[in-house]
Amino acid sequence: MSNPVSALQGASFDGFAKVEEAGLCGMITLRGDLASAKVKKAVVNATGTEMPGQREVKVAGENALAWMSPDELLALVPYGEVTDKIAAIDKALAGQHYLAVNVSDARAVFRVSGTGVREVIAKLSPVDLSADAFTPGMIRRTRMAQVPAAFWIGEDGSATVICFRSVAEYVFNLLKGAAAPGSEVGLLG
Amino acid sequence: MSTRLATGGRLLNKDRAYQFTFNGKRLSGYEGDTLASALLANDQMLIGRSFKYHRPRGVVASGAEEPNGIVGLGEGAKFEPNQRVTTTELFDGLTCASQNHWPSLEFDVGAINTKLSRFLPAGFYYKTFISPRPFWKHVYEPIIRKSAGLGKAPKDRDQDTYEHFYAFFDVVVIGGGVAGLQAALAAGQAGAKVLLMEQTAHWGGRAVVDCHGVNEGEENVNGTPVDKFVDEIVAELEKLDNVTMRTRMMGAGVYDHGYLIGYERVTDHQPELDGPRHRLWRIRAGQIVTATGAIERPLSFAGNDIPGVLLASAIRDYAVNYGVSVGDRTVVVTNNDDAYRTAITLKSLGLDVPVILDARVLPEDSALMAQAKALGIRVMMGHGVAAVKGGKRVTGVEVCSQAGEGAVLETIDCDAVAMSGGWSPVVHLWSHCGGKLLWNNDFAMFQPDVDNPPRGADGEGFVIPAGSANGALDLSGILADADAAGKAAAKATGHKPGKGKAPSVQGITEAPMAAVWLMPQGAGVKKRMKAWLDYQNDVKVSDVQLAAREGFESVEHAKRYTTLGMATDQGKLSNINGLAILSDALNQPIPQTGTTTFRPPYTPISLSAIAGEARDERFQPIRKTPIHAWHEENGAFFEPVGQWRRPYCYHKPGESNHDAVKREINQTRESLGLLDASTLGKIIVKGPDAGKFLDMLYTNMMSTLKPGRCRYGLMCNENGFLMDDGVVARIDEDTFLCHTTTGGAESIHGHMEEWLQTEWWDWKVYTANVTEQYAQIAVVGPKARKTLEKLTDADISADALPFMAWADITIGDGIPARAYRISFSGELSYEIAVPASRGREFWDLLLAVGAEDGITPYGTEGLHVMRAEKGFIMIGDETDGTVIPQDLNMQWAISKKKDDYLGKRAQERSHMADPNRWKLVGLETVDGSVLPDGAYCVGEGTNENGQKNVQGRVTSTYYSPTLDKGIAMGLVHNGPDRMGEVIDFPKVDGAVVKAKIVDPIFYDKDGEKQNV
Repeated sequence: MSNPVSALQGASFDGFAKVEEAGLCGMITLRGDLASAKVKKAVVNATGTEMPGQREVKVAGENALAWMSPDELLALVPYGEVTDKIAAIDKALAGQHYLAVNVSDARAVFRVSGTGVREVIAKLSPVDLSADAFTPGMIRRTRMAQVPAAFWIGEDGSATVICFRSVAEYVFNLLKGAAAPGSEVGLLG
Repeated sequence: MSTRLATGGRLLNKDRAYQFTFNGKRLSGYEGDTLASALLANDQMLIGRSFKYHRPRGVVASGAEEPNGIVGLGEGAKFEPNQRVTTTELFDGLTCASQNHWPSLEFDVGAINTKLSRFLPAGFYYKTFISPRPFWKHVYEPIIRKSAGLGKAPKDRDQDTYEHFYAFFDVVVIGGGVAGLQAALAAGQAGAKVLLMEQTAHWGGRAVVDCHGVNEGEENVNGTPVDKFVDEIVAELEKLDNVTMRTRMMGAGVYDHGYLIGYERVTDHQPELDGPRHRLWRIRAGQIVTATGAIERPLSFAGNDIPGVLLASAIRDYAVNYGVSVGDRTVVVTNNDDAYRTAITLKSLGLDVPVILDARVLPEDSALMAQAKALGIRVMMGHGVAAVKGGKRVTGVEVCSQAGEGAVLETIDCDAVAMSGGWSPVVHLWSHCGGKLLWNNDFAMFQPDVDNPPRGADGEGFVIPAGSANGALDLSGILADADAAGKAAAKATGHKPGKGKAPSVQGITEAPMAAVWLMPQGAGVKKRMKAWLDYQNDVKVSDVQLAAREGFESVEHAKRYTTLGMATDQGKLSNINGLAILSDALNQPIPQTGTTTFRPPYTPISLSAIAGEARDERFQPIRKTPIHAWHEENGAFFEPVGQWRRPYCYHKPGESNHDAVKREINQTRESLGLLDASTLGKIIVKGPDAGKFLDMLYTNMMSTLKPGRCRYGLMCNENGFLMDDGVVARIDEDTFLCHTTTGGAESIHGHMEEWLQTEWWDWKVYTANVTEQYAQIAVVGPKARKTLEKLTDADISADALPFMAWADITIGDGIPARAYRISFSGELSYEIAVPASRGREFWDLLLAVGAEDGITPYGTEGLHVMRAEKGFIMIGDETDGTVIPQDLNMQWAISKKKDDYLGKRAQERSHMADPNRWKLVGLETVDGSVLPDGAYCVGEGTNENGQKNVQGRVTSTYYSPTLDKGIAMGLVHNGPDRMGEVIDFPKVDGAVVKAKIVDPIFYDKDGEKQNV
């Protein structure tokens, strides 16, 4: 073994929706003045996405940039590129007050796909997941049952769920249970 | 006898017969039956025994309000007690058993209580078993619990699954009767996003039954019969995409801010299906419309609990919906017109109604009376029931004048009695969140005071009652009210209701009802002792009157004294009758007495539904480090540390915990140990003001720390008490990494953010919790450096990486790592942080290269013992929220140069600076034994409670393998000044352990071992 491994090493489950651990994903927590042009430029350069507004996520290929709080962003980039991206941000923001830190290994990422994605998540998170209320481009930083989680639903209808690495197994079990065959609610399609 | 009629049963599918058993008896019913209708179809009138007197009881209602018909449903892992037969849908293979009987339902020994009922009045238990006091807990209560009580707790694990579901709607309509349907349609047509829920499996509620066969053609909606109207409106609703309709879903509770619990019984009726048994909907609604209908009230006459006495509405429900006749000859007794529908319905089905006893005296016949008379039914105005005859089932009624004391005028044979005392709107959901009630004198009922609804954050009401739940008892009024409610709800949620009118109703006018709370009006005590108010809890008219006489004037007190309304049915039938009796006894009007409080849930919901997914492996999150799997595979004995599971020790075959801990410590001190320290909190603090910020957070000075160096620090809360400790590393001029305790990672991060966001918002500091980014492994022992050198080219010599320094190094074939030269064991020690995704790889490498030195992973107990040998404190052992650093002789860690730090001023208060505070010392037992944890040291004399005075206590105590004897730390009065003194620690068994006060550092006081 000489490579980084994700918490569940790609575990998956087929229920009325499919749940897969998505493997390692590069993540950078950036805290700073989100109104600052320099900060915006530095993160947008790092991800190649647009700058997200409140409760938004901007996705471009494998990369994404998510709004996490009024002074916090989460940048998602390929796992192998994190160190370089942080170095670039550090360079661009030298002299500014900000914090850019690698949190790739602190997280687990799940992909939920299939027709019942919204129902799977609505069983676990207190969020309005109806298609007209939670549209692609939105992100919620909330909870799943008893642990913190963040998620968004992409244009293809699949959901990306991020949680802490230590509870990867718990969250996988939650998603598995929520996607159990026969437990479709029939509300969110 | 009760039986299935040859025809009728609009909800049945007679092509599909179901077999089921009751008390082992094989019975059959149809698809569409409830368990109640199927039992009645098989002449099973007797279903259970009452709570207190063990009286025979049968069903009295046909819906959620049923107090008597409760059974233990299912077996083994499917068993559930206290299930209402009226709301249980029949399925093939259902098994159920009656409750609260011994030895059998037919012959019950406990029924002797009914003969003794004179001696078991309200408050009997309180009065009789009050003394001697200790007897209640140990003698009386266990016996009473055994003899009183309904269902048995399940013994097996529940095999089913349950879940929650979060949903959001503009308007939620509770109740799928005609009112709910109309309200939903009105709101839906206005464009609101609507959820309509109905607790039963069918739409339309009771209007369909009420109009069935009565005044044919006279009661209709939009010119069509009511059942057709229901089909049409349901079809119309189904066409609306913005309306969601769910049956078998009950509105269980209404809470603040439009929060609402819906209880969906997903597979109760088809247990063979996959999927959850119950789903708890956690709903946010803009507006809630309670179209919850009304419940018929019983009349209070002697023998009103004998099987065969039912609510008049229930008797016609069973006849029309399920084709079941409760009796061949049914006497109807009423104070209102509505019960005439039962008589007319039964007569039209060819059944006999010997008489209608109407307590009222009316000047002229109403339409329904006229119809009943036209069918040849005898009507006796101004009359009532003196007593019902029969034991386990009704055999007849004795007729009396309502105005008198119950002199029997006539005895009429019958096998069923249909009673109606009027209707009470179901105001429960309206009231859950504070909706107020008004007394309606015309109908003798409480109804929602629409000017005082439950209000939301904007001060506006968020619940709108509709239909009979709002006191409209005639079809025309119901539909008009519901239409208005739906439109109002849509408007309140920002939609524009259409101008359409409510459906037009061709109705019939009913004569006014008359309030009748006791029958006959002058019933003597013997009758009142047989006139039941609360069936399930065996509360009679006489009990409530006794409570009033004994001074329980508040309705809440009377309720608790008599237990009226406290059973699983929560007094749905008894509530109004009970407080009417109470009001009468107190000689005050009913509104002045008021109601008891309506609390969720509306009817009992399963505990499993509340738990939802939180069971088994989802019961609670278990946090796991990247090395957890290795621990599991290698004999780890885990202990919970917060939500983590950490190895306490690792068992080799045949080892006890004690053996394993001893081996782990000895091997670490002698050669090489390994600890998974990944759970320690790691918080990045960055910014130009980071040093200033940490100076405020820690008691000692952090701003002077040089990059590349580490410093141990103490953190206190603003009251001065020690809350966390750990090593801070300065990464660069602007950046610090703060290690916290395992349990403190989240709370200390929150503590930092709170100060930054609320008090020091202008300080330039950012924090990030990076605890889980790293797997942190402590390599400990004399061979630690030698072992690490095999894995890295970096210079980690004592000169290059001295004690309390850190360096970035590379491990193996490119694992980036940060090595902190810190020690919590007193040995040469490195804590190495690597990315979590490479933690296991690093651990395995260490095991491989350390093998030649006998590398030994150790657990938290080894960690604890080694730190105690060194006299290091542990947050949570030496501290308990009342301990300040000064108590632990840690003045060295409190900066005197700083103007301020959190806790500084508190520590200067007189009690904190008091020299009499207990202080930390080491304790060594004279006989070498281990002191009991938490033991107190006794002093001279006793306190005001006659207890021995104490002068200290043990905070940590262990067997030290290094020293081969018990060692301990404790807080002792004037401890540091009493070195060498021997003090007494009594044990629970009375024996005394003698311990000498010593220095808390037992091992390597000069730190030579860690500093090599």
